[in-house]
Amino acid sequence: MHLTKEEEKILDGEEGEVLERLFRLLVRLGDIYGAEKMIPVGSVQVAGVSYKSVGDPGLAFLEDMASKGAKVKVLTYLNPAGMDLENWEKLGFPKDFAKNQIRVMDAFKKMGIVVTSTCTPYLAGNLPRFREHIAWSESSAVSFSNSVIGARTNREGGPSALAAALCGRTPNYGLHLWEKRQPNVKINVDVNLDFSSDFGALGYFVGKQVKNKIPYFTGIKDANTDQLKALGAAMAASGAVALYHVENLTPETDLVEKDGLETINVSKKELDETYEKLNSGKDPDIVILGCPHASLREISTLADKLKGKHLKKPVWICTSRMMKEAADRMGFTEIIEKAGGNIVADTCMVVSPIERMGYKTTGVNSGKAANYLPGFCKQDVVFANIDKLVEGQV
Amino acid sequence: MKGRMISPGTAEGVAIVSTEPIGFYGGIDIETGIVIEKGHPLEGKSVKDKILVFPCGKGSTVGSYVIYGIKKNGVAPAGIVNKETETIVATGAILAGIPCVDQIDIEKIKDGDMVLLDADNALVTVQ
Repeated sequence: MHLTKEEEKILDGEEGEVLERLFRLLVRLGDIYGAEKMIPVGSVQVAGVSYKSVGDPGLAFLEDMASKGAKVKVLTYLNPAGMDLENWEKLGFPKDFAKNQIRVMDAFKKMGIVVTSTCTPYLAGNLPRFREHIAWSESSAVSFSNSVIGARTNREGGPSALAAALCGRTPNYGLHLWEKRQPNVKINVDVNLDFSSDFGALGYFVGKQVKNKIPYFTGIKDANTDQLKALGAAMAASGAVALYHVENLTPETDLVEKDGLETINVSKKELDETYEKLNSGKDPDIVILGCPHASLREISTLADKLKGKHLKKPVWICTSRMMKEAADRMGFTEIIEKAGGNIVADTCMVVSPIERMGYKTTGVNSGKAANYLPGFCKQDVVFANIDKLVEGQV
Repeated sequence: MKGRMISPGTAEGVAIVSTEPIGFYGGIDIETGIVIEKGHPLEGKSVKDKILVFPCGKGSTVGSYVIYGIKKNGVAPAGIVNKETETIVATGAILAGIPCVDQIDIEKIKDGDMVLLDADNALVTVQ
């Protein structure tokens, strides 16, 4: 790979030991994947934030870098943490966990990273433009920025995104290159998609089928950004889809080559089977919405459904601190709390230790959450649309 | 078999082969190295000291930290062989210092085979 003089200096250790080590990782990745050069990145989003996912080895890795004075060069946001960073005590997050989570956050802050903690940075002030090169790592945020915005990022691992933030660069390969953004499988959707959970089920099914391919969807008549967020998140969880195109809805569809692709049909049958497959439990102990983090529109929808109601069992909706602030102002938080629910910020059901908080069966409307909860939180899952889930708890 | 070096080093061990992709985050327990993803072909099995063979990574990008973590916790595989290593697994393997080679015809490796992995020369030998 061609390196500039400045980049050679980083490799020679002139910008310190931390940058040398991380830049070496980027150069290695560039060599593996055939990058000809490094490119500057406009912004970064770093995954590996919950103490539950990084563990003690990750915490030591981060504190070591922070203590050596490493600082990010571009706007850098964080993935969800393992708890609500302000209301963790009230919501019942374990104290020992909180202590370590706060250490993780302090290490990131010391490096100049905005301690935002959201999987929807694009809803919280980190919004790339069409064709901007970025290095993001949260799999659903990668999918959204590539597909819905048309920015360009590979699926960065937590550490490689951190390396890009500290070096301000990423190797130019994969989805940074136009020729690598062409679809290689067509998905013909022949079923009505009404709820976010329908998009999640579709995404789960397609991700399983296509693994790390680039799907080109036809037959999806309309979808708002919340629904596209649900679709992309599920495909990135059950498979490794980092980019998808939806005819007439996403920005690169008119530009890509889509003739002669192998076609997979998805009808009501496949969707119904997916719902069945993702349901492993009955009667949720808790319903958790907001995977990926809820938009203000999704919070407002929940508030409408809970207005004047009384919940028998908890309902949480997870979101970013920024959306929570707006929900507070609009009175949505009050409505949801009066009914017995909670808006939980900075975290989500997948990365928080809900299995340690007495919950065994969780109700979700997210294909991504349904994918992860059984393995990572030892939960039985009820996967359904928001109406069914909320009705069951009232 | 000759492939592409992802992460340098050499390793020898018993192959544990998955026909399905592996998502390390939520798929493998960071303390024990045991596969915990429900319904995964390797569910309940440990990857510790094995040559872990699978087509490609999937799922969460936090997987790199899990690979780094299982190495630090002493329950990592001795080596990794893939059909196609994507960045999540590559980053994890490089940081953790686990030898890794991809572009290998993994169908030729059977569960329980003794495998010699010479990542420095991108060579995989089934003994």
